[in-house]
Amino acid sequence: MTGGEHHPDVVVIGAGVIGAACAHAAASAGLSVVVVDRGPIAGGTTGAGEGNLLVSDKEPGAELDLALLSHRVWRELGALPLRGRTLGAWVELEEKGGLVVASSAATMTSLTELAGHQRAAGVTSVAVPADELPEHEPNLARDLAGGHLYPQDMQLQPMLTAAALLRLARDAGATVLTGEEVTALLRDGDRVTGVRTAVRDLPAGAVVNAAGTWAGQVAALADVAVPVAPRRGFVLVTEPLPTVVRHKVYYADYVADVASDSAGLQSSPVVEGTRAGTVLIGATRERVGFDRSWSPDAVRVLADGARRLFPFLADVSVLRGYRGFRPYCPDHLPVIGPDPRAPGLWHACGHEGAGIGLAAATGLLVGQSLCDRPTELPLHPFRPERFEELPA
Amino acid sequence: MTSEDTFTFDGAPIAFRQGWSVGAALTAAGIRSWRTTRHEGRPRGLFCGIGVCFDCLVTVDGETSLRACLLPAAAGAAVTTQHGTGHDDRTC
Repeated sequence: MTGGEHHPDVVVIGAGVIGAACAHAAASAGLSVVVVDRGPIAGGTTGAGEGNLLVSDKEPGAELDLALLSHRVWRELGALPLRGRTLGAWVELEEKGGLVVASSAATMTSLTELAGHQRAAGVTSVAVPADELPEHEPNLARDLAGGHLYPQDMQLQPMLTAAALLRLARDAGATVLTGEEVTALLRDGDRVTGVRTAVRDLPAGAVVNAAGTWAGQVAALADVAVPVAPRRGFVLVTEPLPTVVRHKVYYADYVADVASDSAGLQSSPVVEGTRAGTVLIGATRERVGFDRSWSPDAVRVLADGARRLFPFLADVSVLRGYRGFRPYCPDHLPVIGPDPRAPGLWHACGHEGAGIGLAAATGLLVGQSLCDRPTELPLHPFRPERFEELPA
Repeated sequence: MTSEDTFTFDGAPIAFRQGWSVGAALTAAGIRSWRTTRHEGRPRGLFCGIGVCFDCLVTVDGETSLRACLLPAAAGAAVTTQHGTGHDDRTC
């Protein structure tokens, strides 16, 4: 550490996967870093994630560019040595590919059209006719119209990933403070000069807001607006099974759900196996604020959807479920980069349901920006002040 | 107890009273393990006893992965030790 814990170069607020990726990138670049979180590691947005690293569900544009960069960075991070193994082995990183299926000929046509646009942007995909689907997924329903295979889609375990990246950051000199809530930002005029927690002041060269779904509240401490709001999601977890689902499998309608602005309950099944044997069944989307109560309707549609996709799941028990809040912005793009309204403050938040996948690129870009180096992708589409700009 | 109040566990008769769960009857008979873990083959039986942990899974009349702690004991049932996930025929 150059500045030490008492005046680090960077304080990262949030010990989720985004904060961990930012801390790792900054510490690897030689900056002194302190990560502070009011809860435990991965105890907020990340802990409720599914671990999707998808390119298949993104339309061409800034988010897809970010996802493609992130896939490259995840592969690099996955190869890093960590305690006798690779980071990828610790965090269950699997390049298993995604299989997007269509329930009707019309959906298959739209899916093929989307895949064409994505291909021009750098996404690999292969059309799979209906009669060849069982070769790829033997347990899949037989009434589908076809699908597209996306070999670039990957998966990892979100909580292990946040912990492993923080472990590497600590090996590079970073400090991680958990159970310590940031109650105020230290200011010098508009400038942000550090954070105040319940137990100490931490003056710092820069502050990174990686507070997930609660990032709007952290931004408000600097008197700036970042319109991150919660979009609730439920995930069901089955009993441990052998390998019964090879890819990340979902209905093409999922893409429309992700892009939707509806506040009501939406659900299109996303099903994948995990290293532990459990099968995860996502994903609902609802805008109901920070309401953590269980929704029988959401659970029912999830279970029904999953059984439609994989009929054998009707004979499998659900062990448990979990829910959390995706941090979404009105334009469905994350907020990444320095905030000109509050110099010294960087944001890395608002990734909606794609934050696990986009974390690696987000960390890289924030690290480059903190070091005042050229960023690998332009930060302009993700700039924090964009919501206040008048339409051209 | 009448002779009807028995089921078999891996072929051996197990006595029970009406209202007992399979897990209770096995435990009362001194049997503590009726499943092996998927990877290392370790013994498993009752853990939480209230249907939450899914540790006490057992096979009854060929139906796999039932929670012994919740399943009422039934006369004549064939309870067998469960190895693997109970869904290994779906492996792909």
